[in-house]
Amino acid sequence: MLYDALIGPFTEFEFMRRALAAVIALSLAGAPIGVFLMLRRMSLVGDAMAHAILPGAAVGFLLSGLNLFAMTAGGLIAGFAVAILAGVVARSTGLKEDASLATFYLASLALGVTIVSIKGTNIDLLHVLFGNILAMDDQTLLVVAFNATVTLLVLAVIYRPLVIESVDPLFLRTVSRAGGPAHLAFLALVVINLVNGFQALGTLLAVGLMILPAGIARFWSRDLTAMISIAVVAAAVSGYAGLVLSFQTRVPSGPAIILVATIIYIASVLFGRVGGVVRQMFPGRHLEA
Amino acid sequence: MAALHFHNVTLGYDRHPAVHHLSGEVARGALVAVIGPNGAGKSTLLRGIVGILRPLDGSIHLGGLDSRDVAYLPQSAEIDRSFPISVFDFVGTGLWRGTGLFGGIGKAARDKILRAIASVGLNGFENRPIGTLSGGQMQRVLFARVVLQDASLIVLDEPFNAIDSKTTTDLLALVKHWHGEGRTVLAALHDMEMVRSHFTETLVLARGPVAWGPTAEVLTPENLLVAMRMCEAFDDSAAACAADDASSQAA
Repeated sequence: MLYDALIGPFTEFEFMRRALAAVIALSLAGAPIGVFLMLRRMSLVGDAMAHAILPGAAVGFLLSGLNLFAMTAGGLIAGFAVAILAGVVARSTGLKEDASLATFYLASLALGVTIVSIKGTNIDLLHVLFGNILAMDDQTLLVVAFNATVTLLVLAVIYRPLVIESVDPLFLRTVSRAGGPAHLAFLALVVINLVNGFQALGTLLAVGLMILPAGIARFWSRDLTAMISIAVVAAAVSGYAGLVLSFQTRVPSGPAIILVATIIYIASVLFGRVGGVVRQMFPGRHLEA
Repeated sequence: MAALHFHNVTLGYDRHPAVHHLSGEVARGALVAVIGPNGAGKSTLLRGIVGILRPLDGSIHLGGLDSRDVAYLPQSAEIDRSFPISVFDFVGTGLWRGTGLFGGIGKAARDKILRAIASVGLNGFENRPIGTLSGGQMQRVLFARVVLQDASLIVLDEPFNAIDSKTTTDLLALVKHWHGEGRTVLAALHDMEMVRSHFTETLVLARGPVAWGPTAEVLTPENLLVAMRMCEAFDDSAAACAADDASSQAA
């Protein structure tokens, strides 16, 4: 029955409830960050950073096994290091930031996989690469919820300068010194949310729950607040539907969530109110003025 | 009381001067046109005034003003027009000095924003995303933000470039209104007729100051010819400048 398919898994199994709580926390914090990444044309930066946290998490794994605190700490350190290094390389040499980030993330991915392979099994490697939201324990859930709360609080603090810096950086520079710190705080939030997503979706897909909902939102609104709300809802719906799909079909949970988000994304590209393909093909008759 | 005091200011990039040994004062409430050929250092001077560029030498004093008392309209604003923000919100950022990070936008502030938008003739555009505006409308929006900034020193870098005559007339009226309110206004301009008929004071710049004073006295064919002859390129092998303070006092 429909109830059994859609709600049953969550009333019946605790791990499904935890996974649902985690995915909602991830959506609340990650989707707004994703919207800003997209608007600041940093989507691929997010992707590169996601890979960059892998060696840190892998070292944490090497030292203490599948201990999520160690892996989170390692991931945070590696993420910040790469963010700062890539920025320094781009600013002090002529190399464009995307090129230097590409270098960093490829190197990080290779290094991370190597480190995990030294100690772990293929199962561990799969876990690190694709996450396993269904295996989440209470402690991990608390970490995820804590990070999400911190993200929302910090975002509230830097929201105004972040928006102005995105639209008109020169203006912000003439009225305030908040631009630089806001940008750095934003990068820190990106890293924190990647580490957060890493627990659930693994290093390869962590950025998916940030960028895909942002892309979806772009096709439905021209207003920033509305875009953020749509992105959060899209992320949560993808998370929920992905969990159900995973439960019913044995598709791994991480890929299931991202696949659902992808389906919503494709539907938005086709039917979106703002710049969707169908809208562009059949725009209706032109207006009077 | 001077609103701006230049003390032997040299501004430039990579040690090459773009504004060379400028000294002088701008009186409070003055309406000053800065003219000169392309590459004369007009934009550089304005960037120095608003504090984006640090002088290579000498100093600029803002007569006790905080840098927030300065409103700056750059020549080519680095504005991301695709960002989803409405005209209302964008103009509202001009209230930063009052609201800062967290200050609320209450009823009074909303009215202020609406009045500023109306003052540049954009009633009805409040909810339009800035990406849908024409070049002239965007310039009006930027002027509205300057209105909201309520600054005592207003610095405009070639504000009427690529703007049609109707919009220019409207915005010029706004500039004169600011002048009437006792604000100090500096504008880099190319239209000599406009300078002659609307600006009381003129600085002719050609890297170094060529002339500075009442527009009628300064805007002579001789001065303009001198300015035009200025060599634009930097000399890569130039020696360090040895000129002392007295070399080119223009004021």
